[in-house]
Amino acid sequence: MSAELDELYQSIILDHNRRPRNFRVMEDASTHAEGKNPLCGDQLTIWLKLDGGVISDVSFQGSGCAISKASASLMTAAIKGKTRAEAEEMFTKFHGVVTGAHPEDAESLGSLKALGGVSRFPLRVKCASLAWHAMHAALLRNDEATSAAASVSTE
Amino acid sequence: MTSQHAAFNGIRSDFPLLAADPGLVYLDSAATSQKPRAVLDAVRHYYETANANPHRGAYKLSGAATDAYHGARSEVARFLGAADVDSLLFTRGTTEAINLLATGWGVPHIHRGDRIVVTRLEHHANFVPWQQLARAVGAEFRICELTRDGHVDLDQLRLLVTANTKLVAFGHVSNALGTMNDVREIVKIAHAIGAVAFCDGAQAAPHLRVAFDDLGVDAYSFSGHKMLGPMGIGGVIVRRRVLETMHPYQFGGDMIEFVFDGDSTWNVSPHKFEAGTPNVEGAVGLAAAVRYLESLGMDAVRAHEKSLTQYAMAQLVGVEGLHVYGPASADERSGVVSFTLGDIHPHDLSTMLDVDGVCVRAGHHCAQPLMRALHQSATVRASFYVYNTPADVDALVASLRKAKARFHGALETSDVLAG
Repeated sequence: MSAELDELYQSIILDHNRRPRNFRVMEDASTHAEGKNPLCGDQLTIWLKLDGGVISDVSFQGSGCAISKASASLMTAAIKGKTRAEAEEMFTKFHGVVTGAHPEDAESLGSLKALGGVSRFPLRVKCASLAWHAMHAALLRNDEATSAAASVSTE
Repeated sequence: MTSQHAAFNGIRSDFPLLAADPGLVYLDSAATSQKPRAVLDAVRHYYETANANPHRGAYKLSGAATDAYHGARSEVARFLGAADVDSLLFTRGTTEAINLLATGWGVPHIHRGDRIVVTRLEHHANFVPWQQLARAVGAEFRICELTRDGHVDLDQLRLLVTANTKLVAFGHVSNALGTMNDVREIVKIAHAIGAVAFCDGAQAAPHLRVAFDDLGVDAYSFSGHKMLGPMGIGGVIVRRRVLETMHPYQFGGDMIEFVFDGDSTWNVSPHKFEAGTPNVEGAVGLAAAVRYLESLGMDAVRAHEKSLTQYAMAQLVGVEGLHVYGPASADERSGVVSFTLGDIHPHDLSTMLDVDGVCVRAGHHCAQPLMRALHQSATVRASFYVYNTPADVDALVASLRKAKARFHGALETSDVLAG
């Protein structure tokens, strides 16, 4: 079987696809956002709980291909307990690895490096990135809500 | 798998893209077809010998371009069985053809309280324009559901087509399931109450003998690129009595008769509906495509694809966990086979097949309303055309088995690890 496919569909990816971690609705989330890939029909929601600048809890739900689901699952495991800045930095590095722009960053990504095989399949980068974009959007939404609340309170 | 395909042996060498890559298994012709050399040559020949702006100059070269363009119209009309050549309007493709109808015919004829009926099988191109027209004017938009095997439920259609129904819009062949609709019966239902019957032939014109004048439909659309022609050319044939009641679709050069300071008058059909410089290279290429198809014979094309579809369905059901959607018999479907394989997502399957050189479509096939009814976000679709062979089907099935082994093997390993 093809080595590229062995790398893309490593057992950790197939395992997270079949048994996604943190796959639940979070009732008391600080923020959430939806990630959609209309062309494929992939759709997922990311929930984040923020304590100060720290992501104290993260979960997701949705449907999609093995790559998008495993990527979301691995992301939740990777960013839990991290600061926002650390999570955003991880997204930047992750993006560099899956697009093949910065393969040298793979080793610093822990389990996430399993998605490095995506770089050989440019059409699948959007699947691997979907959860991360949603995470980023959730953080932005939290900022907007906070600043809106702040502006309300000053009036 | 012998006699039926013998006549099509060697056809692959007529298609430069396929000939250049012997390992390529192209099974996405429902999305777009590959192009024979004859089509590419015709486009080149036009530019090298007859290029000018048609209908414009009084010089001979402009006359040659005009002749090439309208000569192509005659050939395509004849191919589709339409005697009234000037009732064939060239467009960019089916999508523009239906938007032309929705604007040019729909806007002046569909009013508040009227009803438009479509079917659950429709491609977005034959769904959204009518849905949006209905919303804009306050008309009813109704969807005829399907039988369990993916046919339009004609009993329900008879109930849905009420006295206030002005239009029944339906596909000849479904792009997602391959279902071949009973066009004459649907036309009969529409005409019984005086509704216009519009048939989207994008998935039929490339594969079946279409006899527009016999089908009884009031309008019939097609896309050139799905029938061996270039991208960016297609059209719609409109029955004269309907055509004469249509308003222009776009305004500008060529479609006018006189332009006064305060108002304008319109050219005759087909020019009235073809504003601006036309796609002459596309029309010329499409004419070459229909000549190529005629040289094969459309009955032979259908027989070849039916035989391939029969073979494919027989092979596919042998793959454990594979589920085929749509009609069970190849008699009732074109060369389109939509399926899922266990819980493997269609996009993962498509990537794994691609590594083996097998090109299939994975997704909602621009038919989200149908996918919702099937309770699937996506399926894999293999579609066949004149250049496909039983060996292509074998390659598809072998690749599917490998994909299944990859997913299942890994799952068993992870079970052990997790246990």
